[in-house]
Amino acid sequence: MSTTVDTATGIRPFTVQISQEQIDNLCRRIGDTRWPSAELVQDAAQGVQLEFLRELARYWVEDYDFGRIEARLNALPQYMTNIDGLDIHFIHVKSDHDGALPLIITHGWPGSVIEMLDVIGPLTDPTAHGGSSDDAFDVVIPSIPGFGFSSQPTEAGWDSGRIGAAWAELMNRLGYSEYVAQGGDQGAGVTDAMGRQAPDGLLGVHFNFLDAIPKELLTAALTPRIFTHEERDQLGKVVGVFMRGYISEMGEHPQTIGYSLLDSPIGLAAWMLDHDADSYAKIAKAFLEGEQTGNLSRDNILDNITLYWLTSTGASTSRIYWETSKAAAASFKNPPPHMRLPAAYTVFPDELFQAPRHWVKHAYHHLVYFNEAPKGGHFAAWEEPEIFADEMRAAFKSLRNGRSE
Amino acid sequence: MSTTVETGTAIQPFSIEFPEEAIDDLRRRVGATRWPSKELVPDRSQGVQLATAQALARYWLDEYDFGRIEERLNALPQFVTEIDGVDVHFIHVRSRHEDALPLIMTHGWPGSVIEMIDSVGPLTDPTAHGVGAEDAFHLVLPSLPGYGFSTEPAQIGWDLDRTARAWAELMDRLGYTRYVAQGGDVGAGVTDAMSRQAPEGLIAIHTNLLVPALNGPMPTNTDEERAAAAQIATFSKSGNGYFVEMATRPQTIGYPLLDSPVSLATWMVDHDTDAYYKIASAFVDDKPSGNLTRDHILDNITLYWLTGTGASTSRSYWEAYGADAPAAAQKPLPASTIPFGFTTFPGEIWKTPRSWVEASYPNVIYFNEVDKGGHFAAWEEPELFATEIRAAFRTLREGRSS
Repeated sequence: MSTTVDTATGIRPFTVQISQEQIDNLCRRIGDTRWPSAELVQDAAQGVQLEFLRELARYWVEDYDFGRIEARLNALPQYMTNIDGLDIHFIHVKSDHDGALPLIITHGWPGSVIEMLDVIGPLTDPTAHGGSSDDAFDVVIPSIPGFGFSSQPTEAGWDSGRIGAAWAELMNRLGYSEYVAQGGDQGAGVTDAMGRQAPDGLLGVHFNFLDAIPKELLTAALTPRIFTHEERDQLGKVVGVFMRGYISEMGEHPQTIGYSLLDSPIGLAAWMLDHDADSYAKIAKAFLEGEQTGNLSRDNILDNITLYWLTSTGASTSRIYWETSKAAAASFKNPPPHMRLPAAYTVFPDELFQAPRHWVKHAYHHLVYFNEAPKGGHFAAWEEPEIFADEMRAAFKSLRNGRSE
Repeated sequence: MSTTVETGTAIQPFSIEFPEEAIDDLRRRVGATRWPSKELVPDRSQGVQLATAQALARYWLDEYDFGRIEERLNALPQFVTEIDGVDVHFIHVRSRHEDALPLIMTHGWPGSVIEMIDSVGPLTDPTAHGVGAEDAFHLVLPSLPGYGFSTEPAQIGWDLDRTARAWAELMDRLGYTRYVAQGGDVGAGVTDAMSRQAPEGLIAIHTNLLVPALNGPMPTNTDEERAAAAQIATFSKSGNGYFVEMATRPQTIGYPLLDSPVSLATWMVDHDTDAYYKIASAFVDDKPSGNLTRDHILDNITLYWLTGTGASTSRSYWEAYGADAPAAAQKPLPASTIPFGFTTFPGEIWKTPRSWVEASYPNVIYFNEVDKGGHFAAWEEPELFATEIRAAFRTLREGRSS
């Protein structure tokens, strides 16, 4: 008789265990790093700067507490369940408030559940964070297949659509008959797919990144009259996103960069930190000047990088870009169905591009909420957990009323 | 009082010696590689396959002779001379045939002088390779700045144009007043720039990669042209991640390339589909294509590792192709008017039609399409490559009517 597995749902509790040997190996490798010469420019125009990365390496080995990941994750109820052949790891925190709205939040790359940990309190326990009990959520935070403690796909095809379908199954297994979904970055892709699949129970979705861009908006860009001058600036930023080396490499040859990301901790850190100019500048400042922006502290950044290293997921996380890129190419030929469910959107001012309301409305006809947040960038939940939680409350408020309970 | 060395223009003999600790450290790192899970596809479509990478690592550790680079390079006359602030390393082999034609050949990325050294015999000593003395070359093989034993630029601005000017200065220092130039890959870019600068003494060039096709669309009127354009499009959709990364973020990718030998090796062998499968076949099935043997591939990768040039070689893409580099803001060089020769190798990223060559260079004196060889033509098929170089420049020999 099994004591831990709920046989009806196949959900079993999970705790993180990291061996001292893994940590010693990581520290030894960081200490043994063979460094390149310094970049030849005064800024980040050639990539992650040497002085910054050396300081990160120093902090990682000398000051970072390697027990943090275990302590932070194991303080939360974590589970594992097999869906569609893969073990899915997730955090599941139920609110004490009756009638809390179930919410599934999906991280992106180079993120993980680590990004989301500090929104759990404000979302599940709003009365302790200046909200009212009417704002409470039950929160489900899964690790995307190939990320963190979820297992790695062993076949191609785990694109946003398949992940979205797995999430609907997960919410179903958890007994949630009415719920909402949220995501940024790759998580926005998964949430977008869920919205279009419209599984039973999904009431609405919220995004802090407009993943529908490649699917719909670039086609619309062929009709330039829909773009104003300001929008053209934003479109330039969008195009810039897709010209990034990491997107190109991971979208084409995730296995190749995978060797670098598995074998060199500093290679992994550099690759992960080079995501976008805004977050790069903020993180560099945290390490070089000890001045953190919002919640993007040195420790929080290293929790996430250390998680990638210890779970050996550099290649498997890269593969999602390959999957996404294939799926995006296919969706140009066979556009996905329109999303009929209510959609909500928050523009964070330091995001890669600031999607105008007009674009969001173009992608999601049933737009029930649109707001520009005062602070925060690409990693909105991570950087500004309180503002992010405020946005969730406001975005989904109108959907609470129509619930059957 | 002046000593015998003229500062700035002195040419000093050079030989290589790798410290034993550097080789031990490399071997230790290869042995300690932390491998990713296997790719999810049966081909190259997700990048370098695990079986290829592991076969390469195994051979590197168990069978490769780490003395090879020293032995092969030190068997040739090598020199260093400072040009424009960089110590340029080069191999210089004079033919015993005095009226040989001086030729400067430039490698590319992920290449080095290693690619070129099996062409030295056929080019400088043709009579030992079944052809006449009148086809002899005096051969100069420089290492690009930031590559191999040339020093790394300490400032930005070492673009194709600047390297090309340095090569003209090098040939001048060597006393060559009438010479030709050749290149593929980045070396084709340097050679193309030389032809546009048209320094005194440069009488013709040959390339095995059509540089102008990288800079803008080419005609697509014929089936052959459309097929070549389609090959370029495929490359930019499915295999140019390394190009974009190095052109925009050379420092970022520099970290793993310096720190992990397997990272360096896989990044280097992922250059193009044809070369990848040939190299994979050499390691996995022990079936090399031409001269692309396991040892030759590892000579080149080991050279990159031991010289610690993963970041500095990547920066050459930033300089040549990056939007933030000074070169991006400069006016294009004038058209090339000196005699131009081209050889289409069938396995190259795109199969260049004669019409594109003629659309790109007004003074085409030689075009040929051969039946073997790919992107690393000199490396893979040194004899065939030498045959092409001889034929391309034959009409330019002094005292011969064309």
